[in-house]
Amino acid sequence: MTTTAGPAVKAPTKPISKQRVGDRVFSGSTLAAGSLILAVLAAVAAFLLIQGMPGIVADPETTSILRGQSFWEYVWPLVFGTLWAATIALVMAIPLAIGIALFISHYAPRALATVLGYIIDLLAAVPSVVFGLWGANVLAPASRTAYAWLEQHLGWIPLFAGPASGTGRSILTAGIVLAVMVLPIITAICREVFLQTPVLHEEAALALGATRWEMIRMSVLPFARAGIVSGAMLGLGRALGETMAVAMVLSASGVVTFNLISSNNPSTIAANIALSFPEAYGINVNVLIATGLILFAITLVVNSLARYIVNRRKEFSGAN
Amino acid sequence: MVPKRIGSIAAFTMASCLVLSSCATENPGAGVSGDPILSGTLVGVGASAQGSAQEAWVAGFQTANVHANINYSPDGSGAGRDAFRGGATQFAGSDRAFNDREIAEDAFGSCVPGTGLIELPVYISPIAIAFNLDGIDSLNMDADTIARIFVGDITRWDDDAIASQNGGVALPSTPIEPIYRADTSGTTENVADYFASAAPAVWTFGAVDNWPVRVGTAASQTSGVADALKNTGTIGYIDASRSAGLGTVALKVGEDFVPYSAEAAAALVDASPLVAGRGAFDFAVDLDRETTQAGTYPLVLISYVIACVEYRNKHIIDLVKGYLSYVVSVAGQDAAASHAGSAPISADFRSKAIEAITAIK
Repeated sequence: MTTTAGPAVKAPTKPISKQRVGDRVFSGSTLAAGSLILAVLAAVAAFLLIQGMPGIVADPETTSILRGQSFWEYVWPLVFGTLWAATIALVMAIPLAIGIALFISHYAPRALATVLGYIIDLLAAVPSVVFGLWGANVLAPASRTAYAWLEQHLGWIPLFAGPASGTGRSILTAGIVLAVMVLPIITAICREVFLQTPVLHEEAALALGATRWEMIRMSVLPFARAGIVSGAMLGLGRALGETMAVAMVLSASGVVTFNLISSNNPSTIAANIALSFPEAYGINVNVLIATGLILFAITLVVNSLARYIVNRRKEFSGAN
Repeated sequence: MVPKRIGSIAAFTMASCLVLSSCATENPGAGVSGDPILSGTLVGVGASAQGSAQEAWVAGFQTANVHANINYSPDGSGAGRDAFRGGATQFAGSDRAFNDREIAEDAFGSCVPGTGLIELPVYISPIAIAFNLDGIDSLNMDADTIARIFVGDITRWDDDAIASQNGGVALPSTPIEPIYRADTSGTTENVADYFASAAPAVWTFGAVDNWPVRVGTAASQTSGVADALKNTGTIGYIDASRSAGLGTVALKVGEDFVPYSAEAAAALVDASPLVAGRGAFDFAVDLDRETTQAGTYPLVLISYVIACVEYRNKHIIDLVKGYLSYVVSVAGQDAAASHAGSAPISADFRSKAIEAITAIK
């Protein structure tokens, strides 16, 4: 942030730079790219509104998918399931991601850190259907005994009330799969932010006699708080919208419950659309699109909230 | 939003394909002997259940008639019926026949009004009640017992209700985990219909296509159920063709227990009465799930191919006849059996179906 008087003095004599073709093409193409994303978003929103509206006002009696409930009664368990599964995933993924990122940025030897970073990024490239297969065929059967144990010994906690699923396809399994899926996003962002910590802050903390953990607590984490939040929000966005993995892993029965280990779980909006769409026709399609509109709205709210938090925290991050 | 595929129907078809059953199946090398081959395009939309059977039929038919083009889009039964009524398709696939009200409305876009429909149950698929218990390949159960398991009334494998029908089988005392379909499904509807007619005291939900009970694990699609059934202690309903490696339940029919087989499944369709008051070529079947006739397996899914008796568009008649003849032929049914695991129709029904197909004009 050092400024000199030099440019200010020279400014009046310097001619206004000529607009070159390259400049104009470049600024034009960035403008086009910027507007295109808005146009695409507007088109999606318009599609959801136009196609979804008939679904929201659909007559419950004649719409087979609603089974006599109103649209809001139909969508509520789905909204709950979407948020609940995403919450479970983030509760597990965020601490783990911060730990991995700290290890890579501050603890691991450089060679190991690079390799580990690659592996985490590789995780992000695995298609969700593969995670779904892994969750349904490996993780779920493997977790059956754990769930039975939880029910037996911790059954007094409502979260583990049971009856434990005989196939392991509970919302906790789905949450674990989601956590694995969002882990690379959160880790990558946290790692980048941790590496941005001003070295002077860190060295100052160490010079004052702080241990490495105290240094991280005092200088790295406060500086990175906004970055951690925005990384978590990006992960949340993926968890909210994840479709295939949840559809393949979760045993969804449309109930609203906090029970983590039973076979009766709320479905999520995205998984429900994927499962119901192939056989849907007529007004049922509009109902499903309307649930998509609700998910769109939830994601919008969540992202705005994240932006708000990030902006508010910026001043207190200790970076400036 | 029914996908309306307006097929462009090629205007010329060979005029003289009169000997129906010979067109598709017995003359693969048509042209050598100067026999006519069929050409043109047929469009159908319908049930996904018979989707893979249709794939086999289309492949077999088009191999014999290289200029013919059959388009079957497995968008679902409801979509198929709507598209057929709208006149966008020349045939439909549906897990149920048109009901009396729809027949009475007589609004079928491709057909000449007042001439009726041909509804052929050409896709017969036995549904297995499959379970996963170490060392047990088969169990005997009556409909009441199975229904009680699925509604959560029987929760352990060594329950007296199961043990009493399976003397000599060492049943474990582990919990039973029923697996049901999370998505709307014709398989669910047929199982529910079986319970509703054969175990009405236990199953009070009727023949619904969306599983009404929340006991056990919900799995999506047939493959999801197959995956879930890999867990020991589970029981579920699934296309019989996908039950390999699992134990299956022999259903009580009369005094005997009948394991699923293609013949027993086809026998049920023959033993069941036709829906009353329909046209001569309308083979809408009222499946008799409570049958006591020996050798019938009451848990089957049937899917119809639906066509007009008299088409507005005369150019496609030969093609429709040719295709349907192939579908009901031995070769066609065998192709579906090996490709989709269905049960071939009986010779008796085949002759009736050919009679109906011959009458198309």
